[in-house]
Amino acid sequence: MELTRRDAAAALAALGAGGAVGYAAHEWGSGGDDSPDAPDDGLATDEEVRDALVAVAEVVYPSAVSGIAAFVESFLAGRLEREDHGRGVRETVGELDELASEWYDGPVAELDPEDRDRLLREVGADVADENPEGTTAERVRYYVVNELLLALYASPRGGELVGIENPQGHPGGTDTYQRGTP
Amino acid sequence: MSGPATNRARNRAVDRTPVDGADVCVIGAGPAGGLVAARLADAGYDVVVLDAGPRFDPGDRQERMERAIRPAYDRPDVWGVGGERDAHAATGEWFYPLNHARVKGVGGSTLHWQGMVMRLHEADFNSRSERGVGVDWPIDYADLRPYYAEAERELGVAGADDNPFGPPREEPYPMPAFPPSYSDSLFAAACEELGISMHSVGNARNSETYDGRSECVGYGTCQPVCPSGAKYDATVHVERAEQAGATVIDRAPVQYLEHSADAVRAAEYATPDGETHRQEAEAFVVACGGVETPRLLLLSESEEYPGGLANASGLVGKFFMDHLFAGTGGVLDEPTRQNHVGFITSESHQFYDEADAEVGPFKLEFFNYAGPSPVELALTGDDWGDALLERLNAEYGDHVAVGALVEQLPREDSYVALDPERTDHLDSPVPDVHWNVGDRALETIERANQVQEQILDELGAEVTWQAGPDSTGPAYHHMGTTRMGNDPEESVVDPQCRTHDLDNCWIAGSSVFPTGGAMNPTLTIAALALRVAEDIERSL
Repeated sequence: MELTRRDAAAALAALGAGGAVGYAAHEWGSGGDDSPDAPDDGLATDEEVRDALVAVAEVVYPSAVSGIAAFVESFLAGRLEREDHGRGVRETVGELDELASEWYDGPVAELDPEDRDRLLREVGADVADENPEGTTAERVRYYVVNELLLALYASPRGGELVGIENPQGHPGGTDTYQRGTP
Repeated sequence: MSGPATNRARNRAVDRTPVDGADVCVIGAGPAGGLVAARLADAGYDVVVLDAGPRFDPGDRQERMERAIRPAYDRPDVWGVGGERDAHAATGEWFYPLNHARVKGVGGSTLHWQGMVMRLHEADFNSRSERGVGVDWPIDYADLRPYYAEAERELGVAGADDNPFGPPREEPYPMPAFPPSYSDSLFAAACEELGISMHSVGNARNSETYDGRSECVGYGTCQPVCPSGAKYDATVHVERAEQAGATVIDRAPVQYLEHSADAVRAAEYATPDGETHRQEAEAFVVACGGVETPRLLLLSESEEYPGGLANASGLVGKFFMDHLFAGTGGVLDEPTRQNHVGFITSESHQFYDEADAEVGPFKLEFFNYAGPSPVELALTGDDWGDALLERLNAEYGDHVAVGALVEQLPREDSYVALDPERTDHLDSPVPDVHWNVGDRALETIERANQVQEQILDELGAEVTWQAGPDSTGPAYHHMGTTRMGNDPEESVVDPQCRTHDLDNCWIAGSSVFPTGGAMNPTLTIAALALRVAEDIERSL
């Protein structure tokens, strides 16, 4: 099953972008430590966030889906526009990349899939309860792992993997609940 | 959502000072207060509405929905309930989770409600006469009937006149009912075998565009937040009141009702800047729900009313009731198509009027959201990738459930009082919800469970859970704490919902219900509020 930018737009429609700004309006290359006036405060740049989340998505998404890079990039663009949330994502990705570099000699995006999986589990994101203000494990679960799972499974395409065309959080109308399995 | 700096800036800009020469002061911007305010403002009166909570930004609703889905947030977090402002006690035999049961702010608890609206049955108004328990209301169904029809138009109710057990109606619902769900069709075959009739449900949710609001688009998170606005909430009427000239002051908890022996003179309220103000008016409407309404009256004690304002009867806070939930669920060996929407489309009131002294009325609800939501399931657990998908497919897709609401009788040992030990952020004693339910309610839950088991058995389901007498909980319908009656010694308000003790003070809301029946209360709240508005207009 191929994910598309349109699927990402559907996920964003459900979960919301920053104010009225849609994913198309996001200018890649902004934010994080690469911004001209940004202090070096551990915030990941747009590209670092994108590369890390695409790499993690390749681990946490089922093998049946493809088109992950375009989907994640489009979804992220909208989510990073939400100021507080975007900052949380950047901070957490910055921490995760730092740990990856310490333990595996490179940022998440440069690790092979087995090491990415191992890193997430060593961080504790598999057993942690998500918490935007919690420990590193809890924040990785919230801003990275669950951010990606939410994007997928609150979208109609992700819902189809489970047998629900209109998953909770998606405004998919009032027809599907009346119908049997397609 | 807005950060603290933005909120501070906004709070500085808002004028929360009293309005000179107000005709009516409404305390509480929920459905009861909103309707009264809108009606009276429309009629040309100068109306002020005070609410303890904030005015929520409609643009935040998608983020609130995300909170509803994500496991990081508990239910009270969705609308910012909790903390010192909302501290409470629960000393009864049954714990009462008050902050799961309410929202403070413009719109009140309709912001998080399910949106089910049905009329009480005729016998509910005559419990003592017809069922031998509880008390009779001082009004009948016939008295409320035209107001019910008006309330259905005001809220926007989707429904069909297909309920053979319901009270008589005089006109169609404002909108067509939502069609039955796929799982309703599975239940229908089983119910037909058992001789149980199913019928549609009144939903305060738009099945088509209504009153300038969107039709339902199926977000599936009705409770606790509808991002589309298709589900009615009281911001509709609060905004209508403002358009008609009313003043709405948010974050203005009323601390005391200043009064003489027979009239309220002013509502003293606090504002976020630490100031206290006095709002004077000719008439006052207390519409703060079944817990905060008696709390405010009890806080407003004086030499004339040492036991609390409007409390010559000693009954303010007494007879706290809620509806109890009974439920049975299981799994089938076929897809059941749950969790596409967050509302139900079929019920059965067949057993409702079999009620007597031993077993109370109950209604059956056929769920469209049985079992886990795949999205929420995906955000928990220690698996991901293919293992997660495998778990989602194993756990989602074959659940069914039948719920029920059950009546609790009014009992004097079930009450709302002031906690003698604890105070809130403004140093006012917090409410203590001392909740006791009684044996009849538990018997009724057992009876509802029996019927539910029969239905699931006929359906061929394997029962996997049951909410019975030992595991029941409240439906978050606070009723009874300022009961209505003819006798001032036996009730707090008269049949027009005006307090017996004070000439210019009305109470709007479910606190005036002498008994609760087993129907969701908001349509009755709305009908009574419209009647209150009429009575105030006559008196001004």
